[in-house]
Amino acid sequence: MSLSEPGPGAAIRETLPGPSIDFWKHRHVLDLDDFSRDETDLVFEIAEGMVEILDRDVKKVPTLRGKTIATIFFEPSTRTRASFELAAKYLGADTISLDSAKSSVAKGESLIDSLRTLQALEVDAIIMRHPCSGAPYIAARHLDTSIINAGDGCHAHPSQGLLDIFTMKQQLGDLKGRKAIIIGDIMHSRVARSNIWGTRHYGMKLVLCAPPTLIPRGLTEMLEKCSLDHVTIEHNLDTAIENADIVMPLRLQKERQQSGLISNLREYIQGYQVNLKRLAGAKPDVLVMHPGPMNEGAEISHEVAYGTRSLIEQQVTNGVAVRMALLYLIAGGKNR
Amino acid sequence: MKDSNLLVKNARIIDPSTGIEKTGDILIAEGQISKIGKDISKTGVTAIDASGLIACPGFVDLHCHLRQPGYEDKETIATGAAAAAHGGYTTICCMPNTNPPLDNAAVVSHVRDIAAREAPFITILPVGCITGGRAGRELADMTELAGAGCVGFSDDGSPVSNARIMSLAMQNAAVLDLPIIDHCEDLDLSAGGHMHDGWVAVRLGLKGIPAAAEETMVARDIALCELTGARLHATHISTRGSVELVRNAKQRGLKVTCDVTPHNLTLTHEQVMKATADPRTALAYDTNARVNPPLRSSADIDALIQGIMDGTIDAIATDHAPHTIEEKLCEFENALSGIIGFETAFGVLMALVHTGRISLNTLLLCLTAGPARVLKSAAGTLIPGARADLALVDTEHEWTVDVKDFLSKGRNTPYDGCKLKGMVVATISGGRLSYRHNSLRIS
Repeated sequence: MSLSEPGPGAAIRETLPGPSIDFWKHRHVLDLDDFSRDETDLVFEIAEGMVEILDRDVKKVPTLRGKTIATIFFEPSTRTRASFELAAKYLGADTISLDSAKSSVAKGESLIDSLRTLQALEVDAIIMRHPCSGAPYIAARHLDTSIINAGDGCHAHPSQGLLDIFTMKQQLGDLKGRKAIIIGDIMHSRVARSNIWGTRHYGMKLVLCAPPTLIPRGLTEMLEKCSLDHVTIEHNLDTAIENADIVMPLRLQKERQQSGLISNLREYIQGYQVNLKRLAGAKPDVLVMHPGPMNEGAEISHEVAYGTRSLIEQQVTNGVAVRMALLYLIAGGKNR
Repeated sequence: MKDSNLLVKNARIIDPSTGIEKTGDILIAEGQISKIGKDISKTGVTAIDASGLIACPGFVDLHCHLRQPGYEDKETIATGAAAAAHGGYTTICCMPNTNPPLDNAAVVSHVRDIAAREAPFITILPVGCITGGRAGRELADMTELAGAGCVGFSDDGSPVSNARIMSLAMQNAAVLDLPIIDHCEDLDLSAGGHMHDGWVAVRLGLKGIPAAAEETMVARDIALCELTGARLHATHISTRGSVELVRNAKQRGLKVTCDVTPHNLTLTHEQVMKATADPRTALAYDTNARVNPPLRSSADIDALIQGIMDGTIDAIATDHAPHTIEEKLCEFENALSGIIGFETAFGVLMALVHTGRISLNTLLLCLTAGPARVLKSAAGTLIPGARADLALVDTEHEWTVDVKDFLSKGRNTPYDGCKLKGMVVATISGGRLSYRHNSLRIS
C-alpha cells in the first residue's frame, strides 16, 4: 500500500507527518521474530513522534479517527491493557474492551468464535492477550482482522520487547557493544523471549541469568538453531552483572516456589535480587528496567526500583508511545 | 457377490511369518488360506488380478482407540473398523479408555457384541484395564477380563504410577499369560507438558515432556517384568533411551516387547511449528501434531529406525486416536493429544522404504507377524489353514492425503495434503473383501 494515494491514507499522513511506511508489510504483530531491523527502527522512529504528542497538554490526535480497536484479554492485566487503550484513544480511535471472564468465553465459547464475533463487528484491529502460547497465531490463521499480540502464554510479548529496546535506545543511543541482563524466571517469560528476538539487530549482548531450574532445558539449542548468538546464559548474577549497561529483573511469581522451581524466597533473594549492593558490580551508570508488575523485596529492592538508575516509570510512558506507533502502522493505513 | 472363495492371481507374495517371498496365486476358500502356488486355476471363484501388487498378511494393530462406548462423536466401532480396513488392517486391538472404561467383563462383552454386529469383517481384540476406572489404585478383575476376551492389559494414557500396584498386575498377567501393554510415562515428570522437551518447545513457549519421562517408566517396568516374569509390552516408545533399554532387556532374555507409531518414525517436534501454507503466520502451533508421546527429535527417529532394523522393536502400531474438530481447533495447550493413523500408516511408512531406511520385508514384518507374536496370536500369517486375512498393496502408487476421503470420523492428522507413495489397494478379512480401491481388477 502507499500513503501517497488519496483516501484515508492521505488523511492520516496529514495528521501525522513522519517517515515513509511503504515497506511495512505486517498485517499482524505476533512477535518480533519476523521484524527486520528496518521495521523495528521504523516503529521507534514513529514512537519518537508519539512521545512528543504525549508531552502535549492535549494529547489527542485524529490519526485513527473512525477506526475501532478492540481489546480482548483472556487473562487479567491492568498495565498492558490500559496502555493499549490509551494509545488507541490518543490516536482518536474508538475502543471496545472485552473481558473474557465476563464474556461468553466463560460460557464455553471457543477462542475462534469469540474473535470471529469481533471481526463480524467490523473492528479494525484486535489486541489480544491469552494465557496459552500461540493463541494469537491460531487467531491470525482463522481471521482477516489484524491481530496484535499483547502477550501469549510463555511465548511472546512483542510490544513490551519493543518498548524495552526503545527505552534502552532513548537512554543510550547506539546499543552496539552494550550489555543487558535479564534476570529471573526466563522459563515462563514472554518478555524475555521477545527481548531475545528484538535485541538481535542492535549489536548488543544479552545475558539471561537465572537459577538452572528457571532456564528451559532446550534454551541453548534454541539459541543455536535460531542463530541468536548475541545471547548467553549465566547462572551467577554477580558474574553476569559485571560491566552491565542494563539490568532487567523479571517478576518472581509465588507459584514457582510451590512447584519446587525455587527452594525458597530467601535463597532466591540472596542469589538473584537486584539491590544496591549487587548494582555496585555493574557499570556506574547502569540502568534498571522492569516489565512490571514488580514484586518489591523479591526480585528487586525498593531502593533500586525507585532509585536514580531506574527507568521503570519511563518504560510505562514509552509503552504508550510504542503502542501508538504499532496501532498507527497496523490500523492506520488503507485497506489494513 | 459371494466372495468367501477368492483367487488372488499373480501377486508378489510376502509372508514375514514364514519368510516366503515369491510370485504366485493364493486360493482362499471358506474364509481360510487354502493354497499358495503357481498358476492355480479354479472355477466358480472370484478372481483378483494382483499383478503388480504385493499380497501379505493383513495388518495387525496393537494400539488403537475406537472410542465406543462413550465418545461416539470422535469415532465408533463401525467407523473405526472401516477406517482400519481402508488401511489394510484385519486385526486391531482397541484400548480401554472408553467411557465407561473396559475394566469389567460387561463392558468388554458390550464392545465385542457391537464389533460382531457392526464390524464382522475385522477382528477386534479388546485390551482390558489394569486398574478399576484406570485410576491406578485397585486392580481390575483381570481374570474376568481375560475370560471376556481381553488380549492384554493397559491403563493407556493414565499409566499406573504406583510400582507396587503395577507389580501385582504383572503377577496376575504372568499367570494369565497376557501382556501388560504400558504407555510408559512418569506423570510427575511430564506434568503440564505439551510437546517434546527440546528447542522447539522453548521457541514456542510450550512446556516440554522430557524423554526421561518415558525412559524412567520403561526402566521401571523392565525391572518389574524381571521381578514378576510377566510379558511387558512397552507401547509407542518414542525415544532413543527407550530403544536402548528394551534392547538391553531383550539381550538379558526378558519377556519385553515394544512398538512404535508411524508418526514417531517420520515426524519430528519441528512439525509443531512448521510454517503453514498461509504466509500470514509463521509459526503453525499445529494441534494435529500434538500427540502423546510427543513427536521427538531426528536423533530419536534414527534410534527408532535402528531398533526396527535390529529387531528391538517388534511392531509398528498406529495409536489411531480420533478427536473431534473442536477438540483440535483451539489453543495448542488446550488441544487433546492424538493422531489418526489407520488410513495413512502404510503410505507414510513406505517413505522409509523408498528412502532406503528400512526394507520392505522388515516393514511388513512389523505390521503383521511382529505384532501377532506380541499377542501370541494366530493372525499375521498366510500359512494354509489360517484365517484368510490379507492386504494387497501397491508400493509405487502415488496419492495425496485428503482427510475428506477418510472413513474414520477423525480428521486429526498432520499428514493432510502430504504426497505419499504406497497405497493399500484391497483388504481381505476372513476371506471377504473388507476394502477395495476402485483400481482393483476383479473378474
